[in-house]
Amino acid sequence: MNIHIKNGRLIDPKNRLDAQQDVFISTRRIVGIGAAPEGFIADQLIDAAGLIVMPGLVDVAARLREPGYEYRATLESEMSAAVAGGVTSLSCPPDTDPPLDEPGLVEMLKRRARVLNQCRVFPVGALTTGLKGTELTEMIELTDAGCKAFSQADVPLTDTRVLLRAMQYAATFGYRVWLRPQDSYLAKNGVAHDGEVATRLGLPAIPVVAETIALSTMLQLARETGVTLHVCRLSSAAGVEMVRAAKQEGLAVTCDVSINHVHLTEMDIGYFDSNCHLTPPLRSHRDRAGLLAGLLDGTIDAICSNHSPVDDDAKLLPFAEAEAGATGLELLLPLVLKWAAQERVPLLDALSHITINPAQLLGQKMGHLSVGAHADICIFDPEAAWKVEPAALKSQGKNTPFNGYEMQGRVCYTLLDGQLVYRA
Amino acid sequence: MSNPQLNKHGELQHLLSTEGLPARIMREILDRAATFLEDTEGHEFKKVPLLHGKSVFNVFFENSTRTRTTFEIAAKKLSADVVNLNIGSSSTSKGETLLDTVDNLCAMHADMFVVRHSSSGAAHLIARHVAPEIHVINAGDGRHAHPTQALLDMYTIRHYKKEFHNLRVAIIGDILHSRVARSQIHALTTLGVPEVRVIAPKTLLPSHVEKLGVQVYHDMAEGLKDVDVVMTLRLQNERMQGALLPSAQEFFKYYGLTQERLSLARPDAIVMHPGPMNRGVEIDSSVADGPQAVILPQVTFGVAVRMAVMSTLAGSGK
Repeated sequence: MNIHIKNGRLIDPKNRLDAQQDVFISTRRIVGIGAAPEGFIADQLIDAAGLIVMPGLVDVAARLREPGYEYRATLESEMSAAVAGGVTSLSCPPDTDPPLDEPGLVEMLKRRARVLNQCRVFPVGALTTGLKGTELTEMIELTDAGCKAFSQADVPLTDTRVLLRAMQYAATFGYRVWLRPQDSYLAKNGVAHDGEVATRLGLPAIPVVAETIALSTMLQLARETGVTLHVCRLSSAAGVEMVRAAKQEGLAVTCDVSINHVHLTEMDIGYFDSNCHLTPPLRSHRDRAGLLAGLLDGTIDAICSNHSPVDDDAKLLPFAEAEAGATGLELLLPLVLKWAAQERVPLLDALSHITINPAQLLGQKMGHLSVGAHADICIFDPEAAWKVEPAALKSQGKNTPFNGYEMQGRVCYTLLDGQLVYRA
Repeated sequence: MSNPQLNKHGELQHLLSTEGLPARIMREILDRAATFLEDTEGHEFKKVPLLHGKSVFNVFFENSTRTRTTFEIAAKKLSADVVNLNIGSSSTSKGETLLDTVDNLCAMHADMFVVRHSSSGAAHLIARHVAPEIHVINAGDGRHAHPTQALLDMYTIRHYKKEFHNLRVAIIGDILHSRVARSQIHALTTLGVPEVRVIAPKTLLPSHVEKLGVQVYHDMAEGLKDVDVVMTLRLQNERMQGALLPSAQEFFKYYGLTQERLSLARPDAIVMHPGPMNRGVEIDSSVADGPQAVILPQVTFGVAVRMAVMSTLAGSGK
């Protein structure tokens, strides 16, 4: 199958390319950029005039809810949401039920995803058995089964000796450790940032030091063990500052932020909007400004959706009792475009946070549009204006703090491995 | 963001919080409460037909005898049919969700809900959910708000001090966990009290509490100096767990309201407490029973204020 994507504006952050160029695809791979290879005859022509052609999005945190939480979402529903959002690769955290702590579970998930053939799934394995924080998982076996990193998801690992050993063991084999910094004692029962809004609404709070203390522990242990550490879902300006300093020092550390935190603050909770009950909590304006600065200067490597579909019933509860999380796969690209427009970030830089940078975090060779690369491509209309209507989302999770937001930019086509898997 | 308590005519649709409650509406409620208090028959409130034919459901997901009783008396004096439900011990423990419970009660033709719940925001959730002809009164949600308590406190202050604009008010104790304190602070600042103080150790103060418009004191002597109104709060026993306080004794020693400390306030200062009191913890018996205490009048005013709130709600949108 040969595909010719014609007249599009090609934006490829890795190759620093932003120009009107055609793309030629043959047998799953990109075979030409700009000029067709000799003898190329297109079976299919995609007219991308007025559209932007970019690498398929790579999302480092999207919960598919399988196994165990199929009432919230299934691979079918969430993969179709992914491709509708232009996401062609995603990694899913291990906090399923049971957690991804056994090779068999990982293989099953990979197999299910492969059959659906919509989006590449890179499971993140559990760092400790059952995410209980006491015993190490079989990291070699899990890697053989397809895990690209090891994590505790949002489950705390309070025993620092176990954390040290998990890092030592992972470092032995060059495995990546992905951790979200949050001190479990300081965050206990908390549901909102320890600031003005939580005080006003009387919500149990999570202070910024819950993030920075855990982050400090992680960074010191990473320095000690030499592990490749990825810090997940930074939420505070102080956290960004610590990662910035660690990077300057030369530590092998990377980090990401969720798109929710790029746009929202504690103020968005308003009168107890449970859609803004998120993990980590939405923080202050100052913290958001710190996150934005971290994106601009390269301290923050990737932006993820932190897609966490929640069923409606679990949100129709008082704020603190409502389940944390929001749907996000279909909103990641338009929200990144919104941020880029608001902060005047060139698309070439903005889109690196959802393509090449997260691909590198996963140690994968995708996220770019070079000749010879797998043809994972997202084509979107940068002018298309639309309004977020939860019922219209393909994800089974309809809960989003961006309900009713005006968006600009909508995915028209998604190609996975040279095959058209989504068409608006 | 529209104010969820007001209808499109700016009238009171629900009473959820004193935050964002216009001073105009607060004064109307206090004025109306005054008419009920004037209109007493001997020792009793006169029964009036303002809520005749209406059903008031007291839905308490968290137990409270006192608050529920005053609401019940208030509703009955307004000629409403009153149904009391202690849900803490029934439906939710059987797995029914909060809104399912509310839907069921709506189907029984409730006109007004008086709701208490242990989770902040529960009353807002119910108010958002019910049909527009149904009114919700927040009788306490988590740490968030207890607006009728604050309004009866405002009534008490106005009764004894006449004006708000020349007062210094101190609130003492567990501000962090107190929905009463939050509602008092918003009501006091809205009604124009120029100086609201909070006095507590740092463990019992929420962060950024000064953003609510209060001055923070950790020392009783400094905080009580020259105040006109002293508002004490109940200290829950469970605060000794969780490392917030070492002991009730130590709290009393430094933050308990004794006669000696009260003498630092203005000589005509009044002492209030939302009840139930822990004598010898937040307040000394000699103060609680002393001439400056207005704790029992607070309870009486509470019935009138709740009558005023219910009748105001029943009259809105008409």
